[in-house]
Amino acid sequence: MLKIENLQVKLEEEDKQILKGVDLEVEAGKVHAIMGPNGSGKSTLSYVLSGRDGYEVTGGSAHLLGEDILDMEPEERAAAGMFLAFQYPVEIPGVGNMTFLRTAVNAQRVARGEEEMSSTDFLKEIRAKAKELDIDAEMLKRPVNVGFSGGEKKRNEILQMAMLEPKLCILDETDSGLDVDAMKLVADGVNKLRAPDRGFLVITHYQRLLNHIQPDVVHIMSDGRIVKTGGPELALEVEENGYGDILSENA
Amino acid sequence: MAAPQIKFDATEERLATLSLPEGGWSASARRDALARVRAMGLPHARDEYWKYTRPESLVQPEPPKAALFESGETPIFEDVDRLKVVFVDGVFDAEASDDLSLEGIEIERLSESSADIHWAKDIYGQLEIAGQTPVERPLAALNAAFATDGVLIRVTGKASKPVSLIYHHKSETSDAMLHHCVKVEKGAELTVLENGPAAARFNKVMEVDVADGATFHHIRMQGRDHERRAATHIFARLGEESVFKSFTLTANGMLTRNEVIVELTGDNAVAHVAGACMGDGDFHHDDTVFVTHDAVNCESRQVFKKVLRNGARGVFQGKILVKKGAQKTDGYQISQSLLLDGSSEFDAKPELEIYADDVACSHGSTSGAIDEEALFYLRSRGVPQGHAEDLLTLAFLAEAVLEVEDQALQDEINSRIEAWLMRRRTA
Ligand SMILES: Nc1ncnc2c1ncn2[C@@H]1O[C@H](COP(=O)(O)OP(=O)(O)OP(=O)(O)O)[C@@H](O)[C@H]1O
Ligand SMILES: [Mg+2]
Repeated sequence: MLKIENLQVKLEEEDKQILKGVDLEVEAGKVHAIMGPNGSGKSTLSYVLSGRDGYEVTGGSAHLLGEDILDMEPEERAAAGMFLAFQYPVEIPGVGNMTFLRTAVNAQRVARGEEEMSSTDFLKEIRAKAKELDIDAEMLKRPVNVGFSGGEKKRNEILQMAMLEPKLCILDETDSGLDVDAMKLVADGVNKLRAPDRGFLVITHYQRLLNHIQPDVVHIMSDGRIVKTGGPELALEVEENGYGDILSENA
Repeated sequence: MAAPQIKFDATEERLATLSLPEGGWSASARRDALARVRAMGLPHARDEYWKYTRPESLVQPEPPKAALFESGETPIFEDVDRLKVVFVDGVFDAEASDDLSLEGIEIERLSESSADIHWAKDIYGQLEIAGQTPVERPLAALNAAFATDGVLIRVTGKASKPVSLIYHHKSETSDAMLHHCVKVEKGAELTVLENGPAAARFNKVMEVDVADGATFHHIRMQGRDHERRAATHIFARLGEESVFKSFTLTANGMLTRNEVIVELTGDNAVAHVAGACMGDGDFHHDDTVFVTHDAVNCESRQVFKKVLRNGARGVFQGKILVKKGAQKTDGYQISQSLLLDGSSEFDAKPELEIYADDVACSHGSTSGAIDEEALFYLRSRGVPQGHAEDLLTLAFLAEAVLEVEDQALQDEINSRIEAWLMRRRTA
């Protein structure tokens, strides 16, 4: 589903190589987790995959469902099924959450040649999904993420994901800043979306989230590369011993 | 510094093209106004108050030609139940206007009110004089002297519907001067709507006296005719616990200077002045606002937003003056521009002058581009770039548009803005 080969990325403005050859394949129906020390390039990978400016791909490739995505605009990637739940969701004063989401849902539908969703259907669906994530209806009327608590912002990301029904979901530290109950809500939201034709890439520092969202594969990223890949037990190992052993093994 | 002789020469050249309407209750006010014009001289490029806007085309004897423009679209306010008062190139059009009678309100045509005594005598040219200090506004005095038409509106109750002033432009060389006087009596309420390009050159003054406990709302659309030039003044005097709210949307226009001069003279009065404008290319838009607090516990807000692209130019000169004794003043002023490219320009001169010690006044002015972070966030959700930019532009203008209390009008204004943005995007 997502196939990344030897992806190398540097900053556009600086001569700084951040990704130094990432190889990774997420199969449909699977959940892959990425762990790794701060600054190892996890968020950069997620931004490059979703098409953010400021990075230059110096080598390698990335394909989503067989399509080369690196030359696509961010909105084209979204329509092709890419979704990133941001580590730091952006506040957009003046744009209502509801307006924003309806615009996004319909823009993707139009881009795919599908029919737009009626406002009644949209309302019904968003209300139901917001409720599952314990998101207050009032919050939907407010401007996007403005005045939301850290945890509310993260839940709002998952709500967007649930409404957009992407094919590949990247979650960048969606668990950080969540209390125990919110973490469970978010995990339930993610688990509900698990499907044979959908893949997940979950970036996290903590085993805790992976108790709720059982990964099929765990990768360790360090200094711009995937340095180790294993099963769920790899996350447990990190939790217990930190990265020291794994990184020195690979040094 | 003495004003240059050239300024007074230009003034006389302009005056030579005009003749003072004779007789009636306004005759002496007009003569006084003419004397003021001669003493001040018409605006000149070297005047400090005209530093960012060139006044030549507003002052020269003949207006520059302005091509007519027909959008073919439904005019704004079409769905609003209102009393229509139509002017064509600055002349009242009785045929096109509604019957001017409405409960709780008296409407008269300025040029037909020839009695010797008239309630408007206390307003006509009088609020304008008050607004000439500390800053001179010679174009308003010129208007008070020579305005040929306009309406006199007296409101005694709650007007059952808005009075809608519609200005058609049908001659490429029309030079129009309209003068309106509005008196909203104690506890009365009125909404005035204005729209239309008016003339090739338009000089308009509206003097509004809002009595104790009265409410006046003003919503104005300066439409898409691009070549028009306009200098407008609103002078408002606010009594105790009165409310004055004015909002203007401007799209296009080679030269627009909107001055709003408000004096809060009664305690607990509220004045909001807001504007949103969008300009492209050789667009020039100037908001010049002067709010004077001369009473206790009054609130004033100035909210001005400008979207500029392709070399367009925006100007904001806004002042809050808090006089001695105007304690508990709550004054707010914000002026912001969104520059959609590197070639546009915004000049802002925000000023506060405060002579009371117990006041809360804030002001801010910013100029910036589209927020790239927000843009990427929207695009990453599938919103195409152009559409995402439009959403952010609308969001930028929102604080000004939200000053319009009526939800239906707010929606209509937003849809006009969206349509303007969309046309630019697909052009
Ligand atoms: N725009 C940028 N300008 C300068 N440095 C950058 C930029 N983007 C990323 N970096 C650098 O690239 C490296 C990788 O950053 P990235 O955010 O991808 O790390 P991460 O693995 O997500 O870390 P964390 O676990 O702390 O979220 C860091 O050293 C970071 O400082
Ligand atoms: Mg990160």
